[in-house]
Amino acid sequence: MSDDKLTSKQYLNELMAQHYQEASEGKKRGELVAWSSSIAPQELCETMGIHVLYPENHAAAIGAKGGALPLIDYAESKGYSADLCSYARINLAYKDVQDCVFENMPLPDLLIICNNICNTLIKWYENLSTQLKIPLICIDVPYNVEYEVTQERIDYIKAQLKEAIRQLEEITGKSFDYDRFHSVMETSIQAAKAWEKAMSYAKYKPSPINGFNIYNYMALMVCMRGRPESVKFFNLLADELEELVQTGQSQYPVEEKYRIMWDGIACWPYLGHNFKTFKSYGINMVGSTYPEAWTILYEAGDLDSMARAYSAIVLNLNLKRNIDMRVKIIEECQCDGAIYHLNRSCKLCDFMHYKISEEVYKRTGVPYVFFDGDQTDPRHFAKAQFETRIQALVEMMEKNKAQSR
Amino acid sequence: MEGINRILADMQRVVSNPRQVVKDYKAKTGKGVVGCFPVYCPEEIVHAAGMLPVGLWGGQTQISQALTIVPSFCCSIMQSNIEYALKGTYDDLDAVIMSSPCDTLKSIPQDWGYVIPHIKVIQIVYPQMRKLDAGIQYLKTEFQRVKNEIEAISGEEISEEALRKSIDIYNEHRQTMRDFCMVARDYPLTITPVIRHLVIKSGFFMEKSEHTRLVSELITELKKHPAEKRAGKKVVLTGITAEPDELLRIFDENGLMVVADDLAQESRQFRTDVPAGADPLLSLAMQWAEVEGCSLAYDPQKQRASMIVNMVKESGADAVVLCMMKFCDPEEFDQPIIIEQLEAAGIPYLCLEIDQQIQSLERDRTRVQSFTEMLASQIG
Repeated sequence: MSDDKLTSKQYLNELMAQHYQEASEGKKRGELVAWSSSIAPQELCETMGIHVLYPENHAAAIGAKGGALPLIDYAESKGYSADLCSYARINLAYKDVQDCVFENMPLPDLLIICNNICNTLIKWYENLSTQLKIPLICIDVPYNVEYEVTQERIDYIKAQLKEAIRQLEEITGKSFDYDRFHSVMETSIQAAKAWEKAMSYAKYKPSPINGFNIYNYMALMVCMRGRPESVKFFNLLADELEELVQTGQSQYPVEEKYRIMWDGIACWPYLGHNFKTFKSYGINMVGSTYPEAWTILYEAGDLDSMARAYSAIVLNLNLKRNIDMRVKIIEECQCDGAIYHLNRSCKLCDFMHYKISEEVYKRTGVPYVFFDGDQTDPRHFAKAQFETRIQALVEMMEKNKAQSR
Repeated sequence: MEGINRILADMQRVVSNPRQVVKDYKAKTGKGVVGCFPVYCPEEIVHAAGMLPVGLWGGQTQISQALTIVPSFCCSIMQSNIEYALKGTYDDLDAVIMSSPCDTLKSIPQDWGYVIPHIKVIQIVYPQMRKLDAGIQYLKTEFQRVKNEIEAISGEEISEEALRKSIDIYNEHRQTMRDFCMVARDYPLTITPVIRHLVIKSGFFMEKSEHTRLVSELITELKKHPAEKRAGKKVVLTGITAEPDELLRIFDENGLMVVADDLAQESRQFRTDVPAGADPLLSLAMQWAEVEGCSLAYDPQKQRASMIVNMVKESGADAVVLCMMKFCDPEEFDQPIIIEQLEAAGIPYLCLEIDQQIQSLERDRTRVQSFTEMLASQIG
């Protein structure tokens, strides 16, 4: 997006390159590589010294670099429906093709998932496990029908964390180092807190953060949440943002006229287009569910609280809590409008959202629009529709502003 | 044949008039009726309360209001069910039970609570790690919650004895249905694909012991006649459903006989018994650990694909028809693996898209025709 001068940005690029390089080199040395879902308890593999790669991050990057279609076509030629999650289609194709426009990932020796973000993962990774003939560790986190995570669900998740440790011991032939586990948990909590603090700068008005940069920062939370480098990065970022606030500057390149909440996953193939459209109106995306998604806080050493933290992920919460969370984001980030991405890939990002958007509007009076898109399949998005919807949102936001003047 | 026709007419009556079934049951017993969403539901708990569980598997209806609740790329069974609920078709139901094995079914019960508040929704989340004891213990707590909710609606406590009795009635029903599927193979002229489906589907709208009695009578009546010979090819169906009847009629017109199925609406409902045990809720939970080969039950080695191959061998089928429910993620992910294994085993297959809102089946007619011709030329 903007501003190449930031040291945090250089550091981020370095770390992401290091992430893929370490796994590739490790694989060559015969070390174990896992593929994992984005909000799985990475603490377990980190403790075991297993390299972990994240197909969702990989697919998003391929999409952002405009390389999704050849892989999507390949997956469809193998019988995958065009209606399935495009991250899954890209990754299942990548497993065979092993070539893409982004960094290449070595094939995994094991798989680990946590369905706190969707059950699609289960089906996707079943296929990887079956076709690659490698073990799959699944931490099943039941959908929270209730507002809070119940003790019954926590007990079940906790038992699975123990079972996952047993499976990892079996796969690696090594015993699990509980002291190291404790220190990895501490680092992960520090990283979550540093992330939370840095992201909280979006609440300043005007915001020192360009909201689209969060998409870049997020990659680090997906890939290196259990590493001290992440703590260092987000502390560095927070310092920079503090300085911007003090000097009245911002990463956002134009005057911030409107502040909005973006609901759902980014439209990676059209990130540049979406940003340009926003910038033309002075719209900054200051609110989203992303900051909370990776603020995974628990007590180090307490598996109950860890189970609860991994269960209370936005996509695993009931409708009422989803509404409350968005009202809070809109209020805290002082949003003037909301934009809902009707993402063809993600049924959990869509099927409660007509109701969510209505209820959030009732409580906040903040106008909203929907647009049709997809996280990585470029065929489900139309620039003209997006631009028209944003224009409509701006008109509604302007009307609200005029009335309150 | 008269006996058979009478039984089938009884079955047709309930399948064609589910609303009347609900009204009649309530008037006759003074007890409630609970709608059970696909795919799995602990019906035994409802049954033990003296209430009637009825299956809600959608239907052909014009969709308009449902699209204000969910986008058009939502599974068509769910679109139909929401539409029926908004139109008042389900108003006589005292509650609905929905399980959440997929992302769609996590969301729909949540929406339901807001948009159809007058019909209580009970949402269950089955564990995926169902081979772990912790998974089964957790599922028992989910069933306990369902039991509490049902008791609150009926105003009466469900005794362990009643629950045990209902489990027995359901297990007997499962065995009878499995027997029927085997016997049906010998009577392809009488038990056409449409009739086979009718016999199975009618079980969703009858008290189970009554349905068991009817199906047993049907088996007895059938066995009075010599086995029937029919020219044509034998197929195994897999998928969520093979509805509507018009589709099954196309199979019939082309001489396709259904000799076994792996449909969620059919055999997956009755191929796994509830194991015996002292604690009936625990027994119900333990059944889930034993379910195999279902797209909605964690299956990291995709045993489902080899189960279908074995089903073909066991039943002497010539081919498999994959009835792909449109927008059903779990089924869509299984499809490439199933195809891979069918190809490896040299088993011909046909993929059909199932959409309850489809206006015309002409495309399917052409595809079934050419598939049948291909089978005839290949196998001779």
